[in-house]
Amino acid sequence: MKFAIQINEGPYQHQASDSAYQFTKAALEKGHEVFRVFFYHDGVGNGTRLTTPPQDDRHIVNRWAELAEQHNLDMVVCVAAAQRRGLVDDGEAERNQKDATNLHPKFRISGLGQLIEAAVQSERLVVFGD
Amino acid sequence: MSEEIKNFLYLNRRAPYGTIYAWESLEVVLIGAAFDQKVSLAFVDDGVFQIAKGQDTSGIGMKNFSPTYAALGDYDVHQLFVEKESLEERGLTVDDLMHLTWEDEDEDWAEKDSIQVVSRLELAEIIAAQDVVFSF
Repeated sequence: MKFAIQINEGPYQHQASDSAYQFTKAALEKGHEVFRVFFYHDGVGNGTRLTTPPQDDRHIVNRWAELAEQHNLDMVVCVAAAQRRGLVDDGEAERNQKDATNLHPKFRISGLGQLIEAAVQSERLVVFGD
Repeated sequence: MSEEIKNFLYLNRRAPYGTIYAWESLEVVLIGAAFDQKVSLAFVDDGVFQIAKGQDTSGIGMKNFSPTYAALGDYDVHQLFVEKESLEERGLTVDDLMHLTWEDEDEDWAEKDSIQVVSRLELAEIIAAQDVVFSF
C-alpha cells in the first residue's frame, strides 16, 4: 500500500512523532511505500538539526534522517508553519534575511500543496497528533 | 498531478484561538482548494466555535480569522457539516453561527446555505464515505 504520513506535533513534548516514526519504519520494512512524510503545526520542530537530547534518550531528528537515508524518504516541512516557528534552510534564510539556518539536510521546506498532493497520490493518509 | 478526484474532509475539532490548529487547518483548506478535489469541512466538539458569529479577538492580541470562512464559497468549498450534538452540548443553535453561503453556478448563481447541521450518526457516515480525512 502507498501511504502519506502527516505529523502535527513537535518532538519530545508529544508522542506523535515517535508513533509516526514507528509506523513508517514498520510499513517500509513490510514492503509498503511511503510517498511522503509531511510535518505540520509544531511538527516542523522535528526537522531542526540543532536538537540535542540527553545521550541516553532517542534522537528523534537523527532517527528520521537515518530512516530517510535508508529508504529514500521524502520528508517535507511546511513552509508557512516553519516560518512562524523559526525553522530555516538556506533559501528561507536568504529570502527572509536570517543570519542562521537550522533545517536538517534530510528534510526540505515546501508548501502545503505537497500535503494535498501526498493525500491525492497515496492510498491512505495517516495523521499523527492529538 | 493525478487526474483522480477524491473526497477530502477537513475535520475541525478545536476552538478557534486556544491553539493554532483551526487557523492552520484553514490554511490547508485554502491551498487545497486549488487542487480540484471534492472538499467538505466538518465542525465537531469545540470546533463548532470556529464558525460562531460575532467573534472578537481584540482582547487577546490575535488575528480574528473568522471572516475567512465567509470566503470559502468563492473557493468552491461549500459543504460545511456541523454536528448537531456538538452544538447542543455547548448550548448553541445554528443561529449562533455565521451565515455562510455560496453561489450555485448551475442555478443562475442562486445563493445557498453552506452549513448543514447533521447528527453524530450522519457525520459518522459522511466520514466513512471519504477518501481522505484531515483531522485538526
